[in-house]
Amino acid sequence: MASDIHVRRKRKFSKDQWTAIAFLLPSFLLILLFVYGFIGWTGYVSLSNWNTLVPDFSFAGLENYVYLFHDFRFQSDLRNTLFFTVLFIGLVIIFGMGLAILIDQKLKGESIYRNIFLFPMALSFIVTGVVWQWLLNPSTGFNQFLGAFGIHPKWYTDTNILAGFEWGSIEFGLPVAIIAVVIAAVWQMTGFSLAMYLAGLRGIPDELREAARMDGASEFQIYRKVILPMLMPITVSIVIIMAHISLKIFDLIYAMTGSGANFVTDVPAMYMFEATFRGHYYANGAAIAIIMLLLVAIFIVPYLWNSRKGDS
Amino acid sequence: MNIGKILKYFILTVVAIIFIMPIYVIIVTSLKPLDEVSLEQMWALPTSINFTSYVEAFKNLAPNFMNSIYLVIPATLLSALLGAMNGYVLSKWQFKGVNTIFTIILFGMFIPYQSILIPLIQFLRTIELYDTIPGLILVHVVYGLPITTLMFRNFYASIPDTMIEAAKIDGANFLGIFRHIIVPLSITGFVVVAIWQFTNIWNEFLFAVTITTSENQPIMVALQNLSGSQIVQWNVQMAGALMAALPTLLVYIFLGKYFVRGLLAGSVKG
Repeated sequence: MASDIHVRRKRKFSKDQWTAIAFLLPSFLLILLFVYGFIGWTGYVSLSNWNTLVPDFSFAGLENYVYLFHDFRFQSDLRNTLFFTVLFIGLVIIFGMGLAILIDQKLKGESIYRNIFLFPMALSFIVTGVVWQWLLNPSTGFNQFLGAFGIHPKWYTDTNILAGFEWGSIEFGLPVAIIAVVIAAVWQMTGFSLAMYLAGLRGIPDELREAARMDGASEFQIYRKVILPMLMPITVSIVIIMAHISLKIFDLIYAMTGSGANFVTDVPAMYMFEATFRGHYYANGAAIAIIMLLLVAIFIVPYLWNSRKGDS
Repeated sequence: MNIGKILKYFILTVVAIIFIMPIYVIIVTSLKPLDEVSLEQMWALPTSINFTSYVEAFKNLAPNFMNSIYLVIPATLLSALLGAMNGYVLSKWQFKGVNTIFTIILFGMFIPYQSILIPLIQFLRTIELYDTIPGLILVHVVYGLPITTLMFRNFYASIPDTMIEAAKIDGANFLGIFRHIIVPLSITGFVVVAIWQFTNIWNEFLFAVTITTSENQPIMVALQNLSGSQIVQWNVQMAGALMAALPTLLVYIFLGKYFVRGLLAGSVKG
């Protein structure tokens, strides 16, 4: 009986299906090597003593990881990533949703506004970084404007931590300098959440609003009780995509501030780059990379798992 | 017009001005001679239009601009083609385990590239493609596979299965259906995927800065290096930034509809 099924399944692979497999195979093998094979190799390097120019694959255990978690720079990185992520995602969602709701009001010149808010998406983080580094130069531009209110931030050199508290050797709180990076990142990425929300709003049938209006709901209530809950899945997608961008952010910080004084704008990607390619601490670099991967996986794996279930 | 409507226009216009303001500053700064470029005169218009910073930026960045062209065209075409092949199989030739294969491929889209960078460079050195444009092309094609596969798979899902079945009954095989039905129907899909890949590869920095040195560097690395010199010539920097941003901005201006579609398609379940 079992072998019968086996034979039948085997026969099901027609010539066309073998061609289909042949179509898919090169890409699949490339991914197996370049993604999974290389991640495995990085994991192996992270457990080795290869912290010099000459490769040294002797086993070091978790030494590189233990070192990182006691390292002031890496502790700052994790703090900065946390505060950058929260602020960046929060603002991108608030601005994106707010602008999408405004644009959705059947106003004239809608496409002009939409195009203006979206164009930074076409730029690279390097261009954005170069431009905003100039714009946020101390004593100019925005800062002149802020100065009128008696605020004089020294964006790149300010080592102050807002609302900070200490926990062991780690000073928690929001580093002032990282706000500059958040401003640039929000400028660039708001268009993305705007586009997502606008697509979502356009997908909500007018009848639903009409029905709510008939029931005597105010415009505000319609948004709060009907529209916002329907936009929830989009918000989840945006949070996941933005968290993923934010946890590995590199170009923008590289172009804008570098690590900053006292590592106030340093992030794991920056540290990984410098440890590996400037200092030849390959094992340390690999350990940072693996920690970054794990952080991203916390967000991505449940998401992929869910969308896979939804497909089948 | 009621007050509510005026308020909406007002808010949108203020935010729009803030969004465009950096472009204004880039342009006026790039048109100033260096002695007019100062923090105090940041917002002022140039007293006379001066193109020396563009000449300087062009002299510095032209070779890297060409590197980016040589990189982005083949990498975009190859990754779109492979993505179309994968998407076709994954949407129209389902077999057991196909969803698992898709998820395995898709995961590659989300990994931080730091987690594969060290072995990647070792590997490229071994196959002698380190510090070459073909090496970068290979990297962008491989790591572009997840997203291009996803985009084509979703695109092909909208082509009705009955069309494929009908062609099968008419005796068309796997390749015939791809060539005569799928490819002609996927022009829009190709445009969307190509724009997405073009923009991402043109703007990419991490691979570019770690895999290439000096003369093989794409434009983004060269732009970043412009600020590495002793005195930062802001006018040249801004001219360079405009030059580096121009191709993707043009794509956005002329093919905006497809650009946005790619943006939404790239977000897994947008």
